Amino acid sequence: MMRTRMTEEAIAGEYPDQQMRCPVHLCVGQEAIATGVSDVLESRDWAVSGHRSHGHYLARGGDLPAMLAELYGRATGCCEGKGGSMHLIDLEAGFLGAVPIVGSTVPIGVGAAFGCSMRSEDRVVVVYLGDGAMEEGVAHESLNFARLKRLGVVFVCENNLYSVYTHLRERQPPERSLCDLVRGHGIEAHEGDGNDVLEVRRLAADAVEAARAGRGPVFLELSTYRWREHCGPHYDDELGYREEGELAGWQQRCPIQRFEALVLEQGLMDDESIGAMRNEVAEEIGQAFDFARRSPFPEKERLFADVLAD
Amino acid sequence: MNAQVSRERKFYEAVNEALDLCLARDAAVYVMGLGVPDPKGIFGTTVGLAQKYGPDRVSDMPTSENGMTGICIGSALVGMRPIMIHQRFDFALLAMDQIVNQAAKWHYLFAGKARIPLTIRLIVGRGWGQGPQHCQSLHAWFAHIPGLKVVLPASPRDAKGLLIAAVRDDNPVIVVEHRWLHQTYGEVPADAYETPIGEAAIVREGRDVSLVAVSHMVLEALRAAEFLSAHGIEAEVLDLRSIAPLDRDAIEATVRRTGHLLVADIGWTGFGLSAEVITTVVERAHQALKAPPRRIALPDVPIPTTPALSKYCYPDAWDLARAAAEMLGHHDLQLPNRPADAKLDVPDPSFTGPF
Repeated sequence: MMRTRMTEEAIAGEYPDQQMRCPVHLCVGQEAIATGVSDVLESRDWAVSGHRSHGHYLARGGDLPAMLAELYGRATGCCEGKGGSMHLIDLEAGFLGAVPIVGSTVPIGVGAAFGCSMRSEDRVVVVYLGDGAMEEGVAHESLNFARLKRLGVVFVCENNLYSVYTHLRERQPPERSLCDLVRGHGIEAHEGDGNDVLEVRRLAADAVEAARAGRGPVFLELSTYRWREHCGPHYDDELGYREEGELAGWQQRCPIQRFEALVLEQGLMDDESIGAMRNEVAEEIGQAFDFARRSPFPEKERLFADVLAD
Repeated sequence: MNAQVSRERKFYEAVNEALDLCLARDAAVYVMGLGVPDPKGIFGTTVGLAQKYGPDRVSDMPTSENGMTGICIGSALVGMRPIMIHQRFDFALLAMDQIVNQAAKWHYLFAGKARIPLTIRLIVGRGWGQGPQHCQSLHAWFAHIPGLKVVLPASPRDAKGLLIAAVRDDNPVIVVEHRWLHQTYGEVPADAYETPIGEAAIVREGRDVSLVAVSHMVLEALRAAEFLSAHGIEAEVLDLRSIAPLDRDAIEATVRRTGHLLVADIGWTGFGLSAEVITTVVERAHQALKAPPRRIALPDVPIPTTPALSKYCYPDAWDLARAAAEMLGHHDLQLPNRPADAKLDVPDPSFTGPF
């Protein structure tokens, strides 16, 4: 969580230099979900995601220097600069891919589980999606098929209340929850506090166990909140699309502070060891930025490479 | 099986053989689509396969074209080789996000790390009142997208060979089958051969005019060439077979031989394949053109259901022969009469092969 938070804050700090020439959707405030979920996955499992995927990629073990180099458009990026922030991949880490068309990776993740099932492979696929993606028809097509074939998929829905600037209540009937919708597909669904990493981990552990055991897909709706603007490095509360005090309230529920308080209280860590961890992460991030900025840009001939597979 | 063994098969049987061979030889191959295991088996092309390979590998699907395309893509990413089938091309439009944004782009945008060996068979309806939403061939749309391959077999031999090549290809390949070809017949080798994707074929040689055609229009072009030959005009017929990649060398070469170009497409005229073919010649060999090139394709209107109107939408051998003759300065060509009982909304029963 701390690594993701500090990486995102560092991106926000460096972004105004305009050297990362791609849109960035930072996940500050939402770190607990990817952290809690990834902790219960095996190395053979897969994850797919959407536009706000930095945390999902990093928590899964995605290569940090390759991610930052990707944001800087360099040849050493995880997509050699062809993808940018919205397209991350690290197959060795079990991160199958992220793309920004809302809902598009929902069927792709289900398909990966379908393929694994046909190949008798014991892998679970985590599909990260948001509350907005649940308004896409393809999400429901995918839920239906995942249930039909009882595929080993865990749908992790990060409900951060907003689709860009539009609140959930303007998009979906308030008396009907996302979990209600999903249960309509016959899929087990649970709501949870997405800012409580231990609760996320507990829910994810049960879901992954059920999915792996062949009991079919599980859907988790985890409430959370995006602190910064939808796209970009800044805070944008001055625009007035969110109620005054709403952000402050969610910042009180910061997943990292809550977890820190817990480990301090339980004596698992102290201020010194937390500080040391922070320094270690800061150094890693600093080195990753150095790597990214030192890396070469792709050569012109790469423009025409990989349009088609050989 | 002896590779030399060759026999006559109908187009739909050739497709069925290709699917059968692909399923038999690679456990990663599976076939999915609405109606795949039903008694009619997609115009006969999938009949018997579910019984032979089981419901997991030859299956129906929910009526969810976009989602199921994504599911095929996801399975391809982890090692499967899906073959998806739509009984009408028009239904694939529901899956444009997955085909265009995802399948076509993952290999490129992930710098070669992702491969999507996905075959999508799209069947073009025509006739018997298919109407505006059951008859479209939008092959040019897909050919416009970098990252997709697009093939349109015209003969039973190529129906089998191109489908096998598509399934073995590591890219998404769109296979466009014209429904009026399914009952045609011709020589089909028994083995699991490939027709190379991206290679056109000269299906009739000639010195006077090049008829460059795809899919069902290849048959019309061959018949037009016979009409012309009766008047001493020898048409060369080039079956493009693939349009992405497009065999531009073959297009250039035939026009350099004949000096005259007539393009025949099963899609609409505007912004279509015919423009791409003509542009290829203008860019590469305009000096070789002895007359302005022409194109024969569908008029730019939605195709109406009633035969009273749709009969004006589908150009045929007579139109091609007349246009070719005019290019050569013959304005009074006497063509055989169209059969008096010809129905332009069903395939011509005298016109099924061998091809």
